[in-house]
Amino acid sequence: MQVPAPFDYDRASSVEEAVALLERHGAEARPIAGGHSLLPMMKLRLARPERLVDLNDLTELSYVRTEGEWIAVGAMTRHAQLAASDLLARHYPIFQDAERVIADPVVRNRGTVGGSLCQGDPAEDLCAVVAALGGQVVLRSSGGERVVAARDFYLGPYETVVAPAELVTEVRIPIRPGSGSAYEKVERRPGDWAIAAVGCFVTLAQGSVADCGIGLAAVGANGYCAPQAEAQLRGQPATEESFRAAAEAAAAGCRPQSDQRGPEDYKRDLVRELTRRALRRAAARAMAGGA
Amino acid sequence: MSTTAEVPVSPAGNPIGFGRMLRKEDQRFLRGQGNYLDDIKLPGMLHGAILRSPFAHARIVSIDTSAAEAHPKVKAVITGKILEGLKLAWMPTLSHDVQAVLATDKVRFQGQEVAFVVAEDRYSARDALELIQVEYDPLPPVVDARRALEEGAPVIRDDIEGKKDNHIFDWEAGDREATDRVFAGADVVVAQDMLYPRVHPAPMETCGSIAHMDRVTGQLTAWSTTQAPHAHRTLYALVAGLPEHKVRIISPDIGGGFGNKVGIYPGYVLAVVGSIVTGRPVKWVEDRSENLTSTSFARDYHMHGEIAASRDGKILGLRVKVLADHGAFNGTAQPTKFPAGFFHIFPGSYDLEAAHCQVTGVYTNKAPGGVAYACSFRVTEAVYLVERMVDVLADELGMDPAELRRRNLLRPEQFPYTNKTGWVYDSGNYAHTLEVALEKAGYSELRRRQEEGRARWRAAGGSPENPGAGGQHLMGIGISFFTEGVGAGPKKHMDILGLGMADGCELRVHPTGKAQLRLSVQTQGQGHETTFAQIVAHELGIPPEDVEVIHGDTDNTPFGLGTYGSRSTPVSGAAAAVVSRKVRDKARIIAAAALECSPDDLEWELGRWQVKGDPDKVKTIQEIAMLSHGTLELPEGVEGHLDASVVYDPPNLTYPYGAYICVVDVDPATGRVQVERFIAVDDCGPRINPMIVEGQVHGGLADGVGMALMEAIQFDSSGNCVSGSLMDYLLPTSLDCPSWELGETVTPSPHHPLGAKGVGESATVGSPPAVVNAVIDALEPFGVRHADMPLTPAQVWLAIRGRPLRTDIVE
Repeated sequence: MQVPAPFDYDRASSVEEAVALLERHGAEARPIAGGHSLLPMMKLRLARPERLVDLNDLTELSYVRTEGEWIAVGAMTRHAQLAASDLLARHYPIFQDAERVIADPVVRNRGTVGGSLCQGDPAEDLCAVVAALGGQVVLRSSGGERVVAARDFYLGPYETVVAPAELVTEVRIPIRPGSGSAYEKVERRPGDWAIAAVGCFVTLAQGSVADCGIGLAAVGANGYCAPQAEAQLRGQPATEESFRAAAEAAAAGCRPQSDQRGPEDYKRDLVRELTRRALRRAAARAMAGGA
Repeated sequence: MSTTAEVPVSPAGNPIGFGRMLRKEDQRFLRGQGNYLDDIKLPGMLHGAILRSPFAHARIVSIDTSAAEAHPKVKAVITGKILEGLKLAWMPTLSHDVQAVLATDKVRFQGQEVAFVVAEDRYSARDALELIQVEYDPLPPVVDARRALEEGAPVIRDDIEGKKDNHIFDWEAGDREATDRVFAGADVVVAQDMLYPRVHPAPMETCGSIAHMDRVTGQLTAWSTTQAPHAHRTLYALVAGLPEHKVRIISPDIGGGFGNKVGIYPGYVLAVVGSIVTGRPVKWVEDRSENLTSTSFARDYHMHGEIAASRDGKILGLRVKVLADHGAFNGTAQPTKFPAGFFHIFPGSYDLEAAHCQVTGVYTNKAPGGVAYACSFRVTEAVYLVERMVDVLADELGMDPAELRRRNLLRPEQFPYTNKTGWVYDSGNYAHTLEVALEKAGYSELRRRQEEGRARWRAAGGSPENPGAGGQHLMGIGISFFTEGVGAGPKKHMDILGLGMADGCELRVHPTGKAQLRLSVQTQGQGHETTFAQIVAHELGIPPEDVEVIHGDTDNTPFGLGTYGSRSTPVSGAAAAVVSRKVRDKARIIAAAALECSPDDLEWELGRWQVKGDPDKVKTIQEIAMLSHGTLELPEGVEGHLDASVVYDPPNLTYPYGAYICVVDVDPATGRVQVERFIAVDDCGPRINPMIVEGQVHGGLADGVGMALMEAIQFDSSGNCVSGSLMDYLLPTSLDCPSWELGETVTPSPHHPLGAKGVGESATVGSPPAVVNAVIDALEPFGVRHADMPLTPAQVWLAIRGRPLRTDIVE
């Protein structure tokens, strides 16, 4: 049994209390949601927070609902709830695609949207999904609320704009009628982190790509996205040729690194292949009726 | 001997003999009521934790334990220096080497044991490790086994007097000259290098021990995760000089062993020392990373194979050179005479003219151990080698691999067959088993569908330059035909540290006819409590629910070497049958006395002795048991009671075999492999409990898929183990496994009393080459002939591009 270093523990009963606790205890306090990233790191003693602020009683942050032009997802919503959400399935099947390949059912029952985003693991599938969809992240502190574009949320691997006494409370995704979306991932074994993964949405108009978003995981893409590929694709006919060009741009624009999962050129080639597959599938879904 | 004969059913609905029945032990396991090591809590028990080396190779300059000792909950801090004073700093390994219990001079692998803290609770013990200051002077490590013998390589084992290199042993088998002659005259010779990567047993329960040295009685009791409690007891006596009659080893429920729990680890010895020092029981249980990075690994064989054949596909010879990476201490578990285990079996299931192998063992700065892990003492490596070489030859000859095997398998009339390294295969009807498997797979139909798939791929533009064309996948079909030698073994040839590999067994039949069977082997999940009860039932007619199997406690069981190398049924299973027959023979004398006839007038019907021709005159085994304890006057020289004991020394190994066929789907664009079907036809002789056999095969097949596709303990060039967690060392899950398609043929072993051959490792041995052969077969359009395991998506993608990677070292 791996055992963590000593730490103190508080269980917050409201967002206000959580924020107040974080503010009182400073940078050495860490919020804990599902704990599937933080606890293993604590047990390996790679992370040594002096105090945990447990968010698991904050059921007020557990929801998936429409709010005007947006779908709002509470930060404490579990992966399993995303996978089971009819609302998301209707608007963005990319969520179900991705959730089916994120870790395993045990992790999905516990892990949260906010936790996944804040952990900022370079291979986090949900980060790539939210980046692809051009989502926004809502943060709360004692000073009030601010909203940050998902693509600007990350400063680097495992680094976000979240301040020490700030809490992510919600993720918002713009509703895009008629769009199609999809997620493609290659991993060494089901449940493993991606070797490379690509998610996207497309909105079609008269056979052309009116709008699109492409997200990448595990390949060193800034903000988990592929803006050059998106620019390349917008306005182009929704054809295999256009998808190929966008895929080339996505592969050229990312910065994968060689590691145990594979060499750099393999990962780049996967981005090429998976971008095409994701766009193909998203376009087919859009044509089949879309969101 | 047949498993299909009519078997009577007990009042509880169980077969009185061989047949399917639910496992007796599952009642407690399924309810979470097993008693594993970490469930055991003794009054006053303390907890130990080990400080390990961060370096692969470094000199220890100094160790300062003062801050740890000052921790309020710490009871003792033990270092190598303290152990030196007790003459316990080094312990013998199972291969006549020594291993540091705690490092004294230098550390020789990352994760090596450096200090031991004993504290009131596990958290404090772990906290105190961080208070120990160790100053290291790093040395260049030997990570690449292929460079271990180079001139000027750092000498790892300078503790061994006069040691100037990293060489451990050279060993050979077969006839070198005859093999060279066959190769010189052959039409076709093909060579292939291959690595069987270092893998880890990774049992669900990690290793651990609780030691309690009773200062009053001088008795040491150690509850340990051990597959071989009796061997451990004797080793403690030899290592620590403890009086053996004052040492008791108890192996409680074990959560998987796979060879990982054969040897004695430094942590076990440290728990003993901790208890001696503190006078209280000390528990040490390693965590997952410690298990993966410091306990017995398996394989790590760098092999160069050459195969010689005639143009028409008659295999003539096999020549092999192996470089064996044994890590920093030669701790492999294998019979003394066999430094490369039973690698002798590398000529496999084939009728060839000559064979020769040479194995060189080397030290590297990696964790010690080796041979552990469901491998029957290197049979796994040997089978992988020959089954890959046959496919390489098939590729060279342009011949179907099933047909090539068919032409070369040993024929039934050749048994007992002395192979080209001198081992005597007991029995087999190989061609039949292969045909059963091919039939079950629908082999020719599979080949037809494979051709269609390739045609579709080509039509979509598929080519080596455009592997992913049109999203078409490629099918691969792989065959392996394996023969194992298991059940070590005949005492005159096989021992571990001088202890012959025979097993004791005791049977007590109580007055009411209920029985207790005491075994020297120790289950780790194999279902011994059921299988061995069924053996007694088969021999005596006592229902299996009336037979209690007792094992794992050296004070309550006879001596024997434990469970590994598929030896429980071949050795202890035979012992259980023989001891039952001894009871049966005695029961006959008692029955004759009761029936006032001659024993010769009686005949045995399952569960009773009856007068020939007069079945009304009968005594059941239960009646006889009571009579044997009662007042009946017994013939002169016959003692009362119905107990017996035996020691079984097997006359030969048993040779289970099987034909496996794997079908994979490969996505050439991404390199992803999915195992679509797996057909496993095993011949392990009669099956005592077919359900348990099938369970063993299921587990072994999953294991083989894991090794073929994802498992490897890898190191970076500094000697850091990069596979120290289950996020990095991947194990297969149900999602990686198809629904297994099992079959059987039954060829009894002529020398085993039940004809049984053992099956514990068959699937682990036989499946990796089937999976690899299938993947390589799928890559035929790219001209791929070999790529080393694990065949991860990246490795397959690289193989398609002609540049597969080494899988032992990660840059």
